Amino acid sequence: MIPLKTNNFNHMKTLAEHILDIAQNSVRAKATLIEIIVEESKKSDLWTLTITDNGCGMEEDMVKRATDPFFTSRTTRKVGLGLALLQQNTSAAGGTVRIKSKPGEGTVLKAEFQLSHIDRPPVGNIGETLYLLFLGYTTGELKYEHKCEKGTFSIRSSELHDALGEVPLQNKEVRDGVIELIKTNLVEIGATK
Amino acid sequence: MTKIKSLADLRKLKDEVQSKIKLRENSDNPDHVVQIKVGMATCGIASGAKETMNSFIEELEQEAIDAVVSQTGCMGFCYAEPTVEVTLPNKEPVLFGHVHKEKVREIIDVYIKRGELIDGIIPINFKTIDD
Repeated sequence: MIPLKTNNFNHMKTLAEHILDIAQNSVRAKATLIEIIVEESKKSDLWTLTITDNGCGMEEDMVKRATDPFFTSRTTRKVGLGLALLQQNTSAAGGTVRIKSKPGEGTVLKAEFQLSHIDRPPVGNIGETLYLLFLGYTTGELKYEHKCEKGTFSIRSSELHDALGEVPLQNKEVRDGVIELIKTNLVEIGATK
Repeated sequence: MTKIKSLADLRKLKDEVQSKIKLRENSDNPDHVVQIKVGMATCGIASGAKETMNSFIEELEQEAIDAVVSQTGCMGFCYAEPTVEVTLPNKEPVLFGHVHKEKVREIIDVYIKRGELIDGIIPINFKTIDD
C-alpha cells in the first residue's frame, strides 16, 4: 500500500529536537563553551531559543547561506537541513531565525516562536535532550538556562560531572535522575510543554 | 525514591548507585564492551533516533549486557536513518540501517548475543567516523 502523504515534510516534531540538532552545529564548530538559553514570555507571547558558542564561526556569506537546505559544510552529503527545518518551523509559528557570527570568535543563533501560535511545535522533552547533549559533548562546557516569568533554572555540565564523580552518565539510574532533575525544575518554574 | 530536585539530590543518588555497583573496569576499557553509536544528526533525529537510542539503553539494561551507547554525527546514509553502528569486542564495526524499535530487539538478540549477521547492514566497505 502506498503510504498516505501529507505536504508537511518537516519531521522535527518538537523544539527539544531542534535544540539537540542545532547544538551539534556548535559541537562541530569545535566550541569549548556552548550556552543554550530558552526564554519564555507570556507577556510578549514569545518562546526564544538562543544558542551561543565560541566555536570557529562563519564568514558572512556562509551565514547568509546557512539556512539554505542545499548548503552544508559537510562533505559526507550535499544537503544540510538542520537550520532549514528550524527556519521552516519558526516562520510557520510567526517567528524568525537570526544568526550572527564572526570567524574565530563564535556564533550566536536566535530562534523566536510565537508562544501561543497554533503551529508552534510542542516543546518536547528538554530533560532527555539535555541528557543526550551532556552525554555526547565531552570536549567543553555546556550551559543551559531556562527563563520563565516565575523563575529561572540553569544547569551546566561541569557541576553535573562534579556531582556525579566517577559514576558514569550512562548508568540507568543516573540517567533517570538527571532527566528527572531537569523536568522537576522546569515544572516548578512553569515552563511551557 | 524521593524526587530529584537539585544537584544535592543527584549527589545522594550517585552515592547510592556507587555503593551498589562496583565500578566496572571495562567502562575505562571500551575494547571489552559492546559499543553502540546512534547517528544523531538532523536526519537521524528527524527519523526517530532518540527513540532508537532509548530502546537500546533500556533493552541492554534489561538484558544486563555490558555496553556503551553513545551518539555520533551523520554518516552519510540519511536515506536509511536511524542508523546504528555496532562494534562487538575485537570485531569490525557493523552499520545497520532503518533501526526502529523492533530492529533494536533483533540486533540485540541475533547480532549482539549470538554474533549472527542480519538483514539491513549498510555497505560492506563502511569505516567508522571519528566525529
